[in-house]
Amino acid sequence: MEKKTKRRDFLFTATYAVGAVGAGAVIWPMIDQMNPDASVKALASTEVDVSTVTPGKTITVLWRGKPVFIRRRTPEEIAEAKSVKLEELKHPEKDEDRAKDPEWLVMLGVCTHLGCVPLDQKGDYNGWFCPCHGSHYDTSGRIRKGPAPTNMEIPEYKFVNANTIKIG
Amino acid sequence: MSDHEYTPKSKVGKWFNDRLPLLTLANHLTDYPTPKNLNYWWTFGGILTFCLITQIVTGLVLAMHYIAHADMAFQSVEHIMRDVNYGWLIRYIHANGASMFFLAVYIHIFRSLFYGSYKSPREVIWIIGIIIYLLMMAAAFLGYVLPWGQMSFWGATVITNLFSAIPLVGEGIVTWLWGGYSVDNPTLTRFFTLHYLIPFLILGLVVLHIWALHVPGNNNPVGIDIKKPSKDTVPFHPYIVIKDGFALLMFMIVFAFFVFYTPNILGHADNYIEANPLVTPAHIVPEWYLLPFYAILRSVPDKLLGVIAMLSAILILAALPWLDTSKIRSAVFRPLYKQFYWILVADVLILGYVGAMPAEGLYLLIARIATAYYFLHFLVVLPVLGFKERTTPVPLSITEPILGGSPNLAAVKKKDSFKDQ
Repeated sequence: MEKKTKRRDFLFTATYAVGAVGAGAVIWPMIDQMNPDASVKALASTEVDVSTVTPGKTITVLWRGKPVFIRRRTPEEIAEAKSVKLEELKHPEKDEDRAKDPEWLVMLGVCTHLGCVPLDQKGDYNGWFCPCHGSHYDTSGRIRKGPAPTNMEIPEYKFVNANTIKIG
Repeated sequence: MSDHEYTPKSKVGKWFNDRLPLLTLANHLTDYPTPKNLNYWWTFGGILTFCLITQIVTGLVLAMHYIAHADMAFQSVEHIMRDVNYGWLIRYIHANGASMFFLAVYIHIFRSLFYGSYKSPREVIWIIGIIIYLLMMAAAFLGYVLPWGQMSFWGATVITNLFSAIPLVGEGIVTWLWGGYSVDNPTLTRFFTLHYLIPFLILGLVVLHIWALHVPGNNNPVGIDIKKPSKDTVPFHPYIVIKDGFALLMFMIVFAFFVFYTPNILGHADNYIEANPLVTPAHIVPEWYLLPFYAILRSVPDKLLGVIAMLSAILILAALPWLDTSKIRSAVFRPLYKQFYWILVADVLILGYVGAMPAEGLYLLIARIATAYYFLHFLVVLPVLGFKERTTPVPLSITEPILGGSPNLAAVKKKDSFKDQ
């Protein structure tokens, strides 16, 4: 039998299309209400006083509910981070790109595997070690060994003055 | 369904039943013909129904005192434990009830595996069961987050981060699940909502599970199709009701032992420390019933593949009716399958053990071997076994193995007459 497009077919298709758009318009607010709300987004930046942080010391501050490590690195740590060849890295990033001022490493203290907080000055690479599933990070917070896929994330930050860092 | 028409005796009953056949349903459930050789492994369906109702009732009561807010949740749980009348009892029943629920469901699942209950024509019962099992894991996980202790918080962080393994959209999904940039108050409130919802979804699926069961009827230890009703069956009431009831009492003794004598042994001390987003506990492990899957997750050194392996380990069960190529249901008549069955049981127990241990050295090696074997069992051993295995003769009826070898001629004769029925 020859297939002919009838007026009724057109009406069905048009009805389904309008119905689908309508359903989508109703479903989307139901889904989007679960995304971060205005009050959560409003807390997007934090200022931190780092005047008391001496070389070899790390402070942890909370930003967007997540810990941020601010480490003032020792010259040895900086040298160690810079000496690593990029080919040896699982997620190749230069130390210069991670720490604009080599003395200060500011990064999210969140393991990129499943989100635990790694322990400071632990692991095989003198950096951080995640106790949950055994990821080792170096003195630049780069993943060296274990299941984590990427280096610990560097948030947006800047020095407002010599003693204050603004994160976010 | 029952083979005979049912008419209520009373006039009112008849009037009502003509309009809503609830009495017909009740009659079907009491008269439901059940294989007469069901052993105690078959009592766990009833035990699981008890577990579900216990969780719903105690959960309902806990929700009257619990406050789902990041600043108050931990305090409100302590308030339940110290101030609310019998709050300690209700909470301990609920917390240990989750473990008892999983204990029963694992026995129920392994019963199915041994006696081939998942095979045709019971595939749909089996798949509904797997969906219930998945929902149980979701409910258990969500519930574990609510006390807002350290294990709650970091368990929630780790499990929700599993979604970040999805390429491209993973991070967006995790932020959406959290309702923020970390596990926080919005996460807690939605977890509470979903934890409240899921048991009722499970209840609905349990109805479907039993409905689907009542179409072909129960499998049985011999694993053969039987005529219903016949000399091979007994009515559900009172025979199975009494047997299930007795098994339930035994189960409740174990349950009560945990609740009254060692209510915290299955939990983690760290969960009595309030959630702290700055410090991860040194050793994170999930509850015991999730350990085998946790071991599979950790045995794979790649994040995405690890998550895929863990999910596959559960979802592969749904394909079991088609992976097992043997037509014989019961392991009683499958000498090789019986051995592989016990190897699988051991394998899962080993996975559970290494899942609780740190993921390094020898433990990691064992976890990897056990993970490989788990998949090997389902993807290679079961399909091949169906073709290669020489099964032993299957009896024609449930009564045959008992009366068939009898020197009593009358009994043998009687047996023949069963076959003619």
